[in-house]
Order: sequence, then C-alpha cells, then structure tokens
Amino acid sequence: MRQQIREYLPHYPTKQAAVLPALHVVHETLRCVPEQAVEEIAEMLELAPAEVHDTMSFYQFFRTPANPLGRHRCWVCRSISCAIRGGEQVLERMCQKLGVRPGETTPDGRITLEFAECLGACDFAPCLLVDGVVHKNLTDQDLDELLSSLP
Amino acid sequence: MADFEPVLLKNMGAPELEQLEVYKRLGGYRAVEQALRQHSPEDVVKIVSDSKLRGRGGAGFPCGQKWSFLPPQRTTTYLCVNADESEPGTFNNRILMEGNPHQVLEGIIIACYATKASTAYIYIRYEFVQAYHTLDRAIREAYAAGYLGKNVLGTPFSLDVFLHRGAGAYICGEETALIESLEGKRAWPRIKPPFPAVEGAFRKPTVVNNIETLACVPHIIERGAEWFKSMGVPADPANPRDMGSYGPKLYCLSGHVNRPGCYELPLGVTCRQLIEDQGGGVWKGRRAKAAIPGGLSMGLLREDEFDTRLDFSGLGKVGCLGLGTAAVVVFDEATSMIDVLYNTCRFFAHESCGQCTPCREGTGWMVRIVDRIRNGQGRTEDLDLLVQVAGSMGIMPGTTICGLADGAAWPVKNAIQKFRGEFEEAVRRTQGSPEAA
Ligand SMILES: Cc1cc2nc3c(=O)[nH]c(=O)nc-3n(C[C@H](O)[C@H](O)[C@H](O)COP(=O)(O)O)c2cc1C
Ligand code: SF4
Ligand code: FES
Repeated sequence: MRQQIREYLPHYPTKQAAVLPALHVVHETLRCVPEQAVEEIAEMLELAPAEVHDTMSFYQFFRTPANPLGRHRCWVCRSISCAIRGGEQVLERMCQKLGVRPGETTPDGRITLEFAECLGACDFAPCLLVDGVVHKNLTDQDLDELLSSLP
Repeated sequence: MADFEPVLLKNMGAPELEQLEVYKRLGGYRAVEQALRQHSPEDVVKIVSDSKLRGRGGAGFPCGQKWSFLPPQRTTTYLCVNADESEPGTFNNRILMEGNPHQVLEGIIIACYATKASTAYIYIRYEFVQAYHTLDRAIREAYAAGYLGKNVLGTPFSLDVFLHRGAGAYICGEETALIESLEGKRAWPRIKPPFPAVEGAFRKPTVVNNIETLACVPHIIERGAEWFKSMGVPADPANPRDMGSYGPKLYCLSGHVNRPGCYELPLGVTCRQLIEDQGGGVWKGRRAKAAIPGGLSMGLLREDEFDTRLDFSGLGKVGCLGLGTAAVVVFDEATSMIDVLYNTCRFFAHESCGQCTPCREGTGWMVRIVDRIRNGQGRTEDLDLLVQVAGSMGIMPGTTICGLADGAAWPVKNAIQKFRGEFEEAVRRTQGSPEAA
C-alpha cells in the first residue's frame, strides 16, 4: 500500500493533496481505515494525524474498523429520478432480502447495503451500483439474480 | 431544428470509439493540431470568447471570459476539470466520459494550451467507476501518442493530466469545494473573492470547467465561433445583460417519460418538445404534472409552463433558478408534489456541508417540515414558514458561502408557490388524522 500511495505523490505540488488517494488505497484494501493507517498516512504525507482525520471524517464515505465494508458495497440510489420509478421500493426490498438496514453489512460480511444520492445514471432508473457496475432498470427479479451472483 | 446535426454525440456508438486510433480516424485530435500549430494561446481564448460558449456545469458563465480573467503575469496555472456530476437528474458528463473519452481529453488539452496550464486534474466522483477506468486508459494512450506529456506534438507546450477521485459528496462539485478536496482537505467551499482565476488550486491561478464545456472546445476550434453561434438562441438585443444561449446542449431526460436518455439539441428547445419529441411523451399514457427543468436545484415547472425554452434566459421568466445542468425530470399526474419536495429537501439536508448556519439549519428545518406535512401533521402556517426559511438562505439573500443553499431553497419556493393548492389540501385533509404517509 505504501508503494501505491507513493506513486501519487508526483501528481501534486503538496503532499497533503495525496490524502484522498491514500485513504482510497487503504479503504479499498482493508475495507476500512484503521487508526494505525491514519497515523501512517500522516507520517508519509508530513501531516498531523488530526489533519488526515479531519479530511477523512468529512466524507462519510470511509469506514472505521468498528463498521467495515463487506466484500461487496452495494449502493441503491434514492434520489428523485430513481425514487419516482420505484427506487425506494428497491432499497426496501434489498433491506428485506439481506436483513439489514441501509449502512449495515450482512453478518457473514458479504454485502454492505447503502443508499446513494443520484448515481448519475437516471436514464436507467431505478438503479444501483455494486462493485463498480451499475445495474439498470431494476425489477424485483433482477434483485434476486443480482444477489445470487455476488459471492 | 430539423437540420441539426449532433456535435458532441456525433460519433457516439461507433465501435471502440474510446480508442485513440478510432477517435482519430473519425477526425479526432485535428483540433489540437490546429490549435497548437496555427494559433497562439491568446488566439484560442479569443475564438472561444467569440463563440459565446457558456459553462455547462450549472452557472452558465462565459468560458472565454473566465479564461481571460487569469492574471497575465502568472507562472503556474491549473485546470480543474469538474467531473463530479452529482446534481440529481444529470448524467451527460458520464456519457461523454464513458462514450468518447478522447473528445474530453482533446478539449482539456486545448483549454490548457489556451490558459497556459501545464497540469490538469480531472476531479471525478468516486461512483463513476467505468468512466474512471475509461479515462485512465485514454490518458495512457494520449501520453503514448504524444498528445500529453513533455512537448506535446513536438511543440514547447507540455501537459500532465491526472485523475483525482472524489469520495461521495455532492458539495465537491462546487468549484472551490472541489479545490479544497483536491488539496486533501474537507470540501468546504471558500469565501469568494478571491476567485479561483486569481487564487485557486494550491493558491495558484486556476480554471474550473465542466466536462461538457470542455468537450465543446475542439469543435469550436475546428469549425469556428460563427458556426457555434449558428446554433441556439441569440442574445436579446433589448436586454444588454443577455449573453445568448449558443451551441449544442446535452439535455438529460428522466423520470416519467417513455424514453429517458441524453439528447443533444441546439440550446433553446422547449421542455414540451424535449418530452414529446425526444422522450416519446409521458409514460403509461398519462399526462404530465410538473418537471424539474435543469437538475434538482433549479426548481419546478408546472405542466402549463412546459412551452418554456430550456436556455439560459428562458427559465428565469417562469420563476426557476436557471438552466442548471439542463437535466429534465418529468412527473406524471399521479405524482405527489409533497413526496417530490420531501425527496428534494432530504437531498440538500444530507449534502449541506454545514459551514453556514442558514444552510445547515435551514435545510434541516425544511426537510422536517415537509416530512411532517407528508405524515399528516402539517399545519397551515407551515407553508409560509417553509417559504420564509427558504427565502433567508443562499448567496442571493447574502447569507451563505456557496450556491448549494440557493439550490436547496428554490424548489421549496417553487413548490409552495406553484402547487400551493396541493400543499394546503394535504395540510387540511390530514390535520389530526394519522393516516397518509
Ligand atoms: C452545490 C454546487 C454543486 C455543483 N456541482 C457541480 C458539478 O457536479 N459539476 C459541475 O461541472 N459544476 C458544478 N457546480 C458548478 C461549479 O461550481 C462551477 O460553476 C462549474 O464547474 C464551472 O464550470 P463551467 O463554467 O464549465 O460550467 C456546482 C455548483 C454548486 C454551487
Ligand atoms: S451554503 Fe451550505 S453547502 Fe454551501 S458552504 Fe454554506 S453550508 Fe456549505
Ligand atoms: S436519481 Fe438515481 S441515478 Fe440519478
């Protein structure tokens, strides 16, 4: 991970600018950002740990070890174009099928379910994003198929 | 409009267009050659100024003018490419990046040449995973082909382009929040002035432009300012402040229509034409009730206002905030405007960065009030209270740092004003009764 982070440094005139890329590297690998990583990022980028923390906590995107991501992060869009074409029901159905509330992870650590604001795919409403892939014009049947396809 | 030929979407759908060779074969990268070999940076700024291209990211600021605000004596300049596209209803940047990444890159290269920027950052929202990978590949190809890197095409001009991923916050699309986020800080918009042109990324002169704005640039260089101005709605001579609405526009259409999608048309199509001619009308054979004219922040059009032109000056005339991102979301007659307003208020309350009290508190209040109306606990006074809260937040009343607050307030003002009857009815009907929701 250190090497990956180091590769970002030449992109920017300040080291601090590598905070988000560094957090992404850690988060994608560990599924959360432990305190230890915050400190190491701070050291690498010549910042106070509090500065890294300040940035990280602003984006509700990053998880702590108390609440790490599951293997698959599933974002269901709840914004307007999706909501008026069944998006709210998609989220509800996903909650039921997985037995979790938005923000939670299934007990087996398989899937983290979250709501998203507009995913920029309103032409395919209702939609969700999982593992970088947008699933479009979702029906109830699609949800079953999708869920069974996620290892 | 019958003879309009798509510009930005022209080759969209051509097999493997995302590859540099294919893009070139279809005429791509000619504009870069032309700009770098035949024009000075000042010439390019002038051509873009003459074209009257206005920013497609929401504010509609004249692009050439923005470029010419950079201090002449600068040593370092940055271009920040705004690919944060998070305004609900909007997806044209995604389509441009995924479908034709080299067109975007060509625009970036020419913009950097014109503004003498030697580094460009593409700030792309994290959720655009496919667009990120597509652009990443395209950037590598462009380096390998000599369009990026040291001495572009053998000229003294050098350019690096880096992708910088966001982390799921709408506010990062606001240009100074974007800059703060790029710098590794929390995305709190900056107080202006200083404007980014003077002091932007890393305290250096910076231009922030939207993906669609930049995608227009190669075409303007190749075909000229007059060609660009042959499309759209000319400035009203009676109004010296009208800067016109020229060029093609990618309209995003979603919601209750038969054919949602991204449609390229000359600026100035009416909302009704877009819905009927492009979108195939309202779904399920229903009638329309309302529409969002340009992304969630812009307010609401009633069905009887659908003949309004979707351009930079038309929407203000019917009380909307503006053209915004030209993203139209259609609501059919069965839609509850109270639900629509609740969803809207929830979005802005969730996305307010919390820096300014009127925005942080105001967005929170508005969603709670609309929620109680929705749940049958609304009071008649609530409607005026909503308008009052909305009226007190934003850059326009001068109480906030950025325009998120104006965008949060506008749909509330429009909803209560244009659909007052429905809200009054809801308050009356549900008062004291636990049903509804
Ligand atoms: C809350 C807020 C969110 C914004 N989000 C975006 C966005 O996602 N993309 C964008 O291009 N512009 C966005 N803008 C507008 C930018 O601040 C800026 O005006 C624009 O990127 C300039 O580019 P342009 O002149 O090429 O349009 C936003 C503005 C505000 C106030
Ligand atoms: S207006 Fe709202 S979003 Fe903008 S800076 Fe103030 S609190 Fe943040
Ligand atoms: S509203 Fe769901 S993708 Fe835009």
